[in-house]
Amino acid sequence: MLDNLTERLSGVIKTLRGQARLSESNIQDALREVRLALLEADVALPVVKDFIQEVREQALGQAVLSSLTPGQAFIGVVHQSLTKLMGEQGAGLNLATQPPAVILMAGLQGSGKTTSSGKLAKLLKEQLKKKVLLVSCDVYRPAAIEQLHVLAQSLGVDWFPSEAGQVPESIAAAALDHARRHFYDVLIVDTAGRLAIDEEMMREIQQLHRTLNPVETLFVVDAMQGQDAVNTARAFGEALPLTGVILTKLDGDARGGAALSVRHVTGKPVKFIGVGEKLTGLEPFHPERMASRILGMGDVLSLIEEAHRTVDRAEAEKLAHKIKKGQGFDLEDFKAQIAQMKKAGGLGAMMDKLPSQLTRGLQSNPSVDDRSLARIEGIINSMTPAERRNPELLKASRKRRIAAGAGVQVQEVNRLLSQFEQMQKMMKMLSRGGLGKMMRGMKGLMPGLQ
Amino acid sequence: MFGFFKKSPVSKAAAPEVSAGWMARLRSGLRSSRQKLQQGLGGLFGGRLDDAWFETLEEALISADVGSKASAALIAELKQEARHQHIDKPEDLKPLLKKALVHLLAPLECPLASNEHRPHIILFVGVNGAGKTTTIGKLAQHLMQQGHSVLLAAGDTFRAAAVAQLAAWGQRNNVPVITQEKGDSAAVIFDAIQAARARGIDVVLADTAGRLPTQLHLMEEIRKVKRVVTKADATAPHEILLVLDANTGQNALAQVRAFDDALGLTGLIVTKLDGTARGGVVAAIAGERPIPIRFIGVGEALEDLHPFNASEFVDALIE
Ligand SMILES: Nc1nc2c(ncn2[C@@H]2O[C@H](COP(=O)(O)OP(=O)(O)OP(=O)(O)O)[C@@H](O)[C@H]2O)c(=O)[nH]1
Ligand SMILES: Nc1nc2c(ncn2[C@@H]2O[C@H](COP(=O)(O)OP(=O)(O)OP(=O)(O)O)[C@@H](O)[C@H]2O)c(=O)[nH]1
Ligand SMILES: [Mg+2]
Ligand SMILES: [Mg+2]
Repeated sequence: MLDNLTERLSGVIKTLRGQARLSESNIQDALREVRLALLEADVALPVVKDFIQEVREQALGQAVLSSLTPGQAFIGVVHQSLTKLMGEQGAGLNLATQPPAVILMAGLQGSGKTTSSGKLAKLLKEQLKKKVLLVSCDVYRPAAIEQLHVLAQSLGVDWFPSEAGQVPESIAAAALDHARRHFYDVLIVDTAGRLAIDEEMMREIQQLHRTLNPVETLFVVDAMQGQDAVNTARAFGEALPLTGVILTKLDGDARGGAALSVRHVTGKPVKFIGVGEKLTGLEPFHPERMASRILGMGDVLSLIEEAHRTVDRAEAEKLAHKIKKGQGFDLEDFKAQIAQMKKAGGLGAMMDKLPSQLTRGLQSNPSVDDRSLARIEGIINSMTPAERRNPELLKASRKRRIAAGAGVQVQEVNRLLSQFEQMQKMMKMLSRGGLGKMMRGMKGLMPGLQ
Repeated sequence: MFGFFKKSPVSKAAAPEVSAGWMARLRSGLRSSRQKLQQGLGGLFGGRLDDAWFETLEEALISADVGSKASAALIAELKQEARHQHIDKPEDLKPLLKKALVHLLAPLECPLASNEHRPHIILFVGVNGAGKTTTIGKLAQHLMQQGHSVLLAAGDTFRAAAVAQLAAWGQRNNVPVITQEKGDSAAVIFDAIQAARARGIDVVLADTAGRLPTQLHLMEEIRKVKRVVTKADATAPHEILLVLDANTGQNALAQVRAFDDALGLTGLIVTKLDGTARGGVVAAIAGERPIPIRFIGVGEALEDLHPFNASEFVDALIE
């Protein structure tokens, strides 16, 4: 199944080739592919429809820069529109109020409210040097209060005790009173998960809101959520004056279309993303990265730019064609790739272009070394053209010859060949599933690159 | 259309009542959401059977998280049938739609057998917050009502207060919960199997920490748990159940693939069907990995777990 917009569009884009303007008729197919890609990314249907309309308007009549193919120009329009829709960057917490500033957490069951409460407490305490108080109003779920207590203890943040028998509103009132008397800067109020259609529970959180008068009311959303994100977001947005969204579990491989749905329906900024179970796993939101992720194409625009500056276009197309067919990626291509990687500023620079969730595992790996690229190049240079096209030819005696020619040990030749095999697999992945999968594949490849 | 399992919910704030017939509860709530949906579809089962009509139907399926691919397949099948049977009125197509869906889902209707081995060892796996621990609490009650003795293994040694959460469900059901101060998931579950054997317990329900398939080390860890279970009992684990949140969109497919590839799943449990999410991704899953759906979760109380019934599911879906 095609699950990557770039891949999806590659067929359509051919028909756009050589046309100077994007027009209603020549973008029709491309728009349909965008629609499907967004639906596969779980963007809710009504939001997809609005978005497609927007892209159509933006794209029509747009002149295609001579340096871009019409397909690239179209992807550019899609990406820009999506980034714009994703909203502003770095909308941090608003704490500008008479202390204690109250933060109220709300959301469906299991979306990550309690964990995110802990993460926010950590951020406020350690980065902003705030005096923070945590309290749980979840008197329903077993051990929910204890969960927040454990998190508070591990952070060394104060915790206001509550119990399952109590009334949430009384807990909130007592905690607020305590926070006032003891001069806390921030009070974070965790609440029970609730369904938007559970009227009694929605009334409860409205009451909590009235009691607490929070400066931030954050809607916590699971990045894996599907089409229903629009309905829940609308219901929570109507019940509560939300001030922002926290999108959790983005360390997974969900494309996170819910981000767009929720943003579109509530109009509120995504303030943070959750990228791990640990309390360190909270990051600011980058609209552009999110747009790329939803589209399934990495930070594709910078890659396109980079490619334009450094890569011979004809050569790149030849390679892309081969890769697309999932076949025939040989050592010659491998060598060409390495040469291009070097031109593009080496591996490290390439990594910087990709979304953080894909490269996180790599950053801690110091063994990625551009010098090894040069050695690999040397080894391939010692092969005959026939050997490069057909690595199966490389039996022991030929390997010895190549090793001698490149001034390396035979083991190194063997290592290169197994790396090449992995690379070949990766290229197959690339042709099937796009950059995301390739990067995951690369994680396995990296240690071997020493 | 596809307003199944919508209900004006029994509020979690209300005292848990004795099961008032869950279908009745679901249906009562279905009415309102069904009405809402019908408005949205502009009376899907009226009008003419043309391309626009099929498009609206496809959109309804997609909005239920069925996914574009599975929806397209279903529509193609329907169109063919309509031509074949010379059907030109939407009303007449409705039974066919139902038939197609039941045909797809009926093979997954396959109840949990828990008496072939003693102890019968069931491992719960899934992504974070899907409902594993809560489902174990509910299933314990279900099994006890069938006369089985049950023991819980607190195999989530990672998340804050996960052990306390399972212990609370143990207390509610009055069943033993095996925990360890230190020790990993595999060790706790190994321990629990020994304890169950010593006490002559029928069923062991083993909780594990939530994990995302991208966390490769955690996927490796769960494979180890499985190996250790097999060490404790060569025939075990007898069930490996993936718990899926009905709110999940197309990523549910990736979850099924990843956990099935890593462990070989024997069943699925779909939770949170009491909300407005439709869980339609199940149809896509059925097409790709027809793994039995053992239960559905329709709430947070002890009794809110029901065996999956394809016909009821589809009835609620398209009525
Ligand atoms: N991988 C990952 N897991 C997360 C993230 N945020 C939360 N979790 C996990 O998701 C699960 C649910 O998180 P909670 O914080 O308990 O969610 P909640 O919304 O408080 O749940 P309820 O109170 O039961 O409604 C836990 O296993 C968390 O560790 C995240 O950003 N990434
Ligand atoms: N409405 C509803 N809520 C449910 C259902 N099943 C579980 N929940 C709620 O979902 C939240 C998460 O459930 P847990 O059982 O803690 O999920 P888990 O998979 O064990 O989570 P982790 O161990 O943190 O990965 C809790 O608030 C549960 O009460 C259901 O069928 N319906
Ligand atoms: Mg919680
Ligand atoms: Mg759990």
